[in-house]
Amino acid sequence: MTADFLFTLAQAVINGLLTGMVYGLMALGLSVIFGVMRIVNFAHGEMMVVGMYLAWMGFEYLQISPMLSLPLIAALFFAAGYLLQRGLISPFIGRPEHQQFLLLLAVAILLVNASLAIAGPDSRGVQMESQFDSYELGPLVFDAVRLHAALAAVAIALLLWLFFTRTRIGKSIRAAADNNLAALVVGLDVRRLYAFTFGIGAACVGAAGALMITIIPVSPFLAVEYTLLAFVIVIVGGLGSMTGALLGGLLIGVSEAVAGLLLQPSLKSMFSFGLLILVLLLRPQGLLGKGSQ
Amino acid sequence: MSFVRRLAGNAPPRILWSLAILLALLLVAPAVLGKYWLSVLILILYFAFVGQAWNIMMGFAGQLSLGHALYAGLGGYIAAGLYFHYGIGPWAGLFAGVAVAVLAGAIVGYLGFRFSLAGVYFALLTIAFAEFTRLAFDHWQWAGGSGGLFLKVEHATDILNLRGGPVLFYYAILALAAGAFILCRALLQSRLGRYWLAIREDAEAAQAVGVPVLRCKMIAIMISAALTALAGVWNAFYYNNLFPETAFAMGRSIEITLAPIIGGLGTLFGPIVGAVVLTGLGEAFTDLGDVLRIPGIKQIFYGLALLVIVMYRPAGVWPWLADKLGLKERQS
Amino acid sequence: MTSRKTFTRRYLGQTALAGATLIGAPLPLRFAAAQTTGNLKVALLLPTSGIQAQIGQACRRGADVANDVFTDMKLPVKLEIVNYDTESKPDVARTQAEKAIDAGCQMLVGAFDSGQTIAIAQVAEQRGVPLVVNIAAAPQITEQGYKFVVRNFPTAPMLITGALSLHKEIFKVSGKTPKTAVMMGVNDTFGTSMVNGIKALFPKLDMPYEIVDTITYDPAAKDLSVEVGRAKATKAELLIPVNRLNDAKLMIQEMVKQRWEPMGVMNPGAPGLYEQDFFKTMGKYSDFLISNVPWLDPKSAMTQSLEKRHAAKFPNDQLDINAGFTFEGLLVAAQAWLTAKSTKADALMEALRKTKIDQHVIIGGPIQFDAKGQNVNIKAAAVENLKRKPTVVMPVESAAAPLVFPMPGWNDKRRT
Repeated sequence: MTADFLFTLAQAVINGLLTGMVYGLMALGLSVIFGVMRIVNFAHGEMMVVGMYLAWMGFEYLQISPMLSLPLIAALFFAAGYLLQRGLISPFIGRPEHQQFLLLLAVAILLVNASLAIAGPDSRGVQMESQFDSYELGPLVFDAVRLHAALAAVAIALLLWLFFTRTRIGKSIRAAADNNLAALVVGLDVRRLYAFTFGIGAACVGAAGALMITIIPVSPFLAVEYTLLAFVIVIVGGLGSMTGALLGGLLIGVSEAVAGLLLQPSLKSMFSFGLLILVLLLRPQGLLGKGSQ
Repeated sequence: MSFVRRLAGNAPPRILWSLAILLALLLVAPAVLGKYWLSVLILILYFAFVGQAWNIMMGFAGQLSLGHALYAGLGGYIAAGLYFHYGIGPWAGLFAGVAVAVLAGAIVGYLGFRFSLAGVYFALLTIAFAEFTRLAFDHWQWAGGSGGLFLKVEHATDILNLRGGPVLFYYAILALAAGAFILCRALLQSRLGRYWLAIREDAEAAQAVGVPVLRCKMIAIMISAALTALAGVWNAFYYNNLFPETAFAMGRSIEITLAPIIGGLGTLFGPIVGAVVLTGLGEAFTDLGDVLRIPGIKQIFYGLALLVIVMYRPAGVWPWLADKLGLKERQS
Repeated sequence: MTSRKTFTRRYLGQTALAGATLIGAPLPLRFAAAQTTGNLKVALLLPTSGIQAQIGQACRRGADVANDVFTDMKLPVKLEIVNYDTESKPDVARTQAEKAIDAGCQMLVGAFDSGQTIAIAQVAEQRGVPLVVNIAAAPQITEQGYKFVVRNFPTAPMLITGALSLHKEIFKVSGKTPKTAVMMGVNDTFGTSMVNGIKALFPKLDMPYEIVDTITYDPAAKDLSVEVGRAKATKAELLIPVNRLNDAKLMIQEMVKQRWEPMGVMNPGAPGLYEQDFFKTMGKYSDFLISNVPWLDPKSAMTQSLEKRHAAKFPNDQLDINAGFTFEGLLVAAQAWLTAKSTKADALMEALRKTKIDQHVIIGGPIQFDAKGQNVNIKAAAVENLKRKPTVVMPVESAAAPLVFPMPGWNDKRRT
């Protein structure tokens, strides 16, 4: 009996890890944006939904797998994010929080309802060829689609890490995040860096969307949930920490799976929010975040 | 009478007379307006009321709450639940609802303020509490669970149990909105109001000169929660059904914040002006959406309107309007 | 100072005028839409967008051919059917019901979902306009003492009692009986009434198996891997799901991925497993699932007319009970008008209470409503997905193909 239960638990943990990886990629974008610019991107979930729709359209009309359209979508999102930041968001960086929130809320409303107007309210899914496949490892089963998505997410996160640690722009961005004034003094074009950062964050979200559509069907109503989820993950993992976002994603993925197993599945989100409250109170910088806010 | 005079303060007579005329018009509105316009007016008054409630916390005490649906939901559910299960009328039930909401507000406030959560972090805390409660109610069978709580609907008008047509609810919400308006005016003029202003400007400096910051913030959130709970009770008895997924939803929390932000944070008339603008725009766009037959077009225009206002009139519509109309209150 | 004052007053007047024009302009359009044609103006409230869109649209297709079928069956009535979309949400349902009544609709038909239907029933009751429920199983709808509601669909307890006795029949005919079962249900009004109903009725019905676990999930769930994993862990031999369409797809998908092959999947009266969209998405994995639901009576002349008209107008869509019950809802409305010969609410309500329609499209006795407004003559059948089509397999008299039980594995040769 106990061995059975352990296997079921292991299975739940595995599923949680795989899904969590993709969550982590989505949250990564938010972490980058908030960590560097302190912009509260309330349109995060909406952006991911748009990414999901683009990937779906590529599949439905051009028969391109989301895995293949991913780089293109990421590039598109980068450009859009860059322009959005330069054009719209930039003046709001120093302003009171509620104004930022309102601006991005307006963006979110526009994105969601544009999706609704164009694609309609019904949920759209992608039927991958490997939709029903799974790999077996002893008594444990790995869902094929989730595994591929998770591996892709890890690869992208790795690329991002290389970018931030090896390239000049990446290092400049981190410098600007750590100490804005010093960065300005040293002569970095902070505005351009910010736009770049938003672009990167957006590209992450777009990529996450392309991966997510392989696991879950998209509908405009998904957006709010994902915005909240991204925030939960980023807070738990630690703002401004990339590894924190990924770790947070894994943690939330696993805790949802295990909570679903031990309690009722319909309660699993409650667990995540409870965790968020605890983290906010006890360790607001999150697991891997830097000390002061 | 001196209370009224104190309330009136330094406001220009033009404003006082306009308000009196407005009130008179609103009192006779049901006799004059058709069904549709009455429902629009009810919507405006509702958002003005609940916006005023939220404004106390954000505009006056500077705390951004994005989970206000928590208080509305608690108020509504408790009062409705008591009526549904024990036949306790809303006039009594609302006390229980308000009490629970105030307790919730106190908890959120205390946790937030004690643990020094500011800005975004505090906002996220409020969101987390609202979501947590939503999911809890999804599983609470006494409140109907996720299937919802449906109040028994009757033909006859029964003021004691708030059963009746739109006219009854119109006067109820009018009373609530007017009451909140007067309350806010009184609060702003009081010492508490001045403390709040100090806290909003610079909390640390205020603390340094002896302003009881924690207490003032707690009072703000508790009053705000209480009023929002009343809105929830009104809502529950007007619409006769409650679902956790809508009552505690983030969408509802956001809805509550829109009127005061657009109208003008921290101002007395802001929530009212905001409510008029938003509801007016909302109705116009709904009609447009029906004609153009594209789903979501109303919300797209809504979003654009929001964008324009936050970009060009970030302080809100009311300050700009007041300026244009020369209605600024003379500073004492 | 003076010039500024006049400027601002004029400005204020102009803005007010502009605002009024903006809000008032679409008014003429609204009035233009309110013309009447046909004997009775019926509002059809369905979730044609949102989570339940596919089923809502299937329902609407049944209504679209109603007047044609009336003509075929020589019923001297023409309904003016006005469509309203509830967006799968109860508060939208309520607003649309109000809107419909304001637009002059004399009867309401709807709304497929229990939560939305109750919201509409409240409006119907408050405004005194009759509501004919086409599909909705929550018992409360006819237990609240509403005087303006009739329901032509079984309640959850009726569905369950019928389903569970059919289970025993199925075990008898196939010779295999499971000893344990697990229930999976969506956590909304309908799902909760079914799950609670089963738990309440189960001890009284003397079933050969035991329910070892009940797993509920969010109706908007996008991922059922945890739920199915937990169900699989119970090692139950029978799965009793209470699904909607989207979660039905997710559930079976997970079962295939996690390689869980119970003895059978037997749906006690929920939608999902026999929907057209389910077959399209699930392909060969949709076969051999059993649903215990009322079904269309192939022997009725009216059903045959409905099938013909439906096939002609919607050649790419399958006729199902969603369309069937929606059609019957309109049939009930039409018959009420024929009896009452008036469009007044009270007369129509009187006529509705006296309804007795012998010829209709669903298997069962004549359409009649008891004192609470409930039709108790509807019988459930066992419908199995065979060759990607829902096929009646029990009761044996109405069977179109033999029963296959236990369910073949996911990679069994019989799945094509």
